[in-house]
Amino acid sequence: MAKFNLKINGNIQEVDVDPNTPMLWVLRDHFQLVGTKYGCGIAQCGACTVHLGDNAVRSCQLPVSAVGDKAITTIEGLSENGDHPVQKAWLEVDVPQCGYCQAGQIMTASALLKKNPSPSDAEIESAMDGNICRCGTYTRIKKAVKLAAVETENS
Amino acid sequence: MTVIKTKFGRRAFIKNTSLASGGMILGFNLLASCKDKTVEEVMLMPKEWFEINSYLKIGDNGLVTIYTPNPEFGQNIRTSMPMLVAEELDVDWQSVLVEQAPYHKENFGFQFTGGSQGIRRRWESLRTAGATAKQMLRQAAAQNWQVPVEEITAESGMLHHTSSEKSAGYGEMAALAATLEVPEVVKLKEVKDFKLIGKSHKNIDAKDIVTGKPMFGMDYQKEGMLIAMVEHPPAFGLTLSSVDAEEAKAMPGIKDVVTIKSYKDGFEKGGFDTNAFPELVAIVGNSTWEVMQARKKLRVEWKPITASTETVKGFRGEETKNIPAGLESSTNHKVQMAALAAKPGKIVRKDGKPVAAFKKAAKVLERTYSAPFLAHNTMEPLNAFAFVQGNKVKLAGPMQIPSSMLPAITSSLGIPEENIEMDIPRMGGGFGRKAYGHYVLEAALISQKVNSPVKLIYTREDDMTNGIYRPTYQATYRAAFDVDNNLTALHVKAGGIPESPLFANRFPAGALDNYLAEEWSIDSNITIGAFRAPRSNFMAGAEQAFLDEVAETIGKDPIQFRLDLLKRAKENPVGEENDYDADRYAGVLELVREKSGWKQNDENVHRGVSAYFCHNSYAAHILDVTMKEGTPIVQKVCCAIDCGIVVNPDAAKNMAEGAITDGIGNALYGELTFKDGVPQKNNFHQYQMIRSSDAPKEIDVHFVQNEIEPTGMGEPPFPPIFGAVANALYKATGQRHYEQPFVKEKQVVG
Ligand code: FES
Ligand code: FES
Repeated sequence: MAKFNLKINGNIQEVDVDPNTPMLWVLRDHFQLVGTKYGCGIAQCGACTVHLGDNAVRSCQLPVSAVGDKAITTIEGLSENGDHPVQKAWLEVDVPQCGYCQAGQIMTASALLKKNPSPSDAEIESAMDGNICRCGTYTRIKKAVKLAAVETENS
Repeated sequence: MTVIKTKFGRRAFIKNTSLASGGMILGFNLLASCKDKTVEEVMLMPKEWFEINSYLKIGDNGLVTIYTPNPEFGQNIRTSMPMLVAEELDVDWQSVLVEQAPYHKENFGFQFTGGSQGIRRRWESLRTAGATAKQMLRQAAAQNWQVPVEEITAESGMLHHTSSEKSAGYGEMAALAATLEVPEVVKLKEVKDFKLIGKSHKNIDAKDIVTGKPMFGMDYQKEGMLIAMVEHPPAFGLTLSSVDAEEAKAMPGIKDVVTIKSYKDGFEKGGFDTNAFPELVAIVGNSTWEVMQARKKLRVEWKPITASTETVKGFRGEETKNIPAGLESSTNHKVQMAALAAKPGKIVRKDGKPVAAFKKAAKVLERTYSAPFLAHNTMEPLNAFAFVQGNKVKLAGPMQIPSSMLPAITSSLGIPEENIEMDIPRMGGGFGRKAYGHYVLEAALISQKVNSPVKLIYTREDDMTNGIYRPTYQATYRAAFDVDNNLTALHVKAGGIPESPLFANRFPAGALDNYLAEEWSIDSNITIGAFRAPRSNFMAGAEQAFLDEVAETIGKDPIQFRLDLLKRAKENPVGEENDYDADRYAGVLELVREKSGWKQNDENVHRGVSAYFCHNSYAAHILDVTMKEGTPIVQKVCCAIDCGIVVNPDAAKNMAEGAITDGIGNALYGELTFKDGVPQKNNFHQYQMIRSSDAPKEIDVHFVQNEIEPTGMGEPPFPPIFGAVANALYKATGQRHYEQPFVKEKQVVG
């Protein structure tokens, strides 16, 4: 067990856990931030995607001891009122079916747009390829990412 | 779990006590997404609610809460079911709040989501709930204003009496309405008068989803709750022998290790009590990671099962299942299937003289199609919350059919049915898998043993290797042609492990003078169950690929060929048992032909067509493939569906898009094989799923406009896509594809 001070969604929070504990379970079990989802535990599905600094990372493969003082953003902290351009685009296109994969999709998409504000179709597809949606909402996801890109550019 | 408490008056629950216990109240439209409500929103909440019937209550300010009865797993029925109530109640959609009803048979009837039955079974009852309430509100206004009820009109949440120029909001009459007798009969609207039904309404839960609100079983939290996991045998055909838990118990955060037995000896199983591994080792601890780590230290011994026979009382009556002992392998399955396919099967339908027709044939086309076992792989792995206290239990978890859990829980835990309380959180996918709730029973047994609230979590590996899989199937089609190349007979012989996929009375039965359908099956100890459009999900692909090849042999356009057969089936059907409507079937083919511009001239675009009937609905697809460096790319799928009245068109489109994408993925990559009883894949590094770059670049969904009561929607667009993929791939590559999955090796994305 070891103590860690983590910067999560802008707040410093302390947790006392096994240093190997993946951030996914720290977020879900210790901070009740359950928006970040468990899907595979081996970096293959993207359901657990969070931002580490500006990068989209799979929190199931990120040990709490590797976080250091980098800021972690989860779906709960992506925006104050759920009005991040990606979230707004998701609502506009009405993307979700079951919804389980969508937080991860949104975190991947928002990191992509931060780096590349006007991605091509191929760039969107390859950035989103690590996020599985068993319900098959990919065509809507792509539409929403494009819409968010336009909105970001116009704002 | 976030429990959103509103200022419900106790009085409102007089008729509906089950709801007063403060279950997991999820997904308020608009208000749900606001953790701390703003002043305006608190002002919006009524001071008092009046329950008109079990499906709805009306606030003194006119707000309406609708209890949505069925479990949700992505169909968007939490939006479309309340739409049915609101339509007949005649209330603005903006003033509707939605709450998930808990399990309650008396109040909510059969709370079942599956078989594309949701809207179909609720079409009348939910509209009646709305219409009854409206009638009671009109009655209340009539009483209040001392005028005849016939003169009261109701619209958009307002009651009017024209000649006296009196008006009131529903909220003003709700208190009186709630005391009135429930009318015995009510009138439902004509289709032409619908205001909400038929117009797209956005998913009421979308805001909660995109902001990461707790809503799934996996998200359930409770004070003092422990995390549990179960260790199941590594292979089908094995069961628990013994466990040494010393080391595991000594690991940090671990509370206990217990063994559980799901069923009491002699328990009479229902159709959804399927469970390959009824004896398990459960490990319970403080946190998920600690339990995962300690679990590795369990030393469990397994032993072979003995062969058994069980009688199951399912939907289709009593069935006897033989469960053989042994460790099965897919290579053996193939040999077994080939052997049975070569023998005569059980004849399930015979029209005319098929044997003679084949004897006389100038030419015979014979093709065999096959598909492997499939895992459901819902993105939310199996999980369940349970809290047993004495002879009471509170359960919450992903359940497509909550009521199916009751007999096993009553029997195994000794808890009477009336003491079983079940919340129905949103499911992260179901596809049939979550109709089999053995994990809910397991959670309850664990909670009882460790005397604490527990959340049982399956890892992805647990979920994939403790499956209730889509069976493996095979079908051989034969067509006979005369010297002029006319189709004179058709023969299908299909089977699977452990069930046959055949629907003998579906198209093209009825369109052919000589037709023979046979089936066979092989017993297995690998557990199987419903998977989006059971059996159809294989038969459609096989049949539609074969018809494509028959059309080519005859030299006919594949759509016209099907339409000609349907014309025959309509005008002069063979046999009386045909279970499809030839007109509606032809309708989707004609619509998709028109919308896709079927006869296009781009030689780089390769098109495949396919159509199918299942779950009372009709769907046809045209799938366009282009080739890029030897790899097929699905450019576009044009789809036509006849599912009767479409309640919420954009949501239905989303579902069709999902079915199409899911089907393409399964056709190209879906496969689970076994070696010595061990599933050969256990996570997504091995089990290839369709991903963003494989998905169609465009999907164009069209609905046949009619006034037929809604039929199924979740499943019908799924089966035919397998045929469309096969037929387009043939056009693109010159190769016919007979064996699923069509792509054997694919780079796995990390
Ligand atoms: S749970 Fe982390 S990628 Fe799947
Ligand atoms: S919406 Fe269900 S898994 Fe993506």
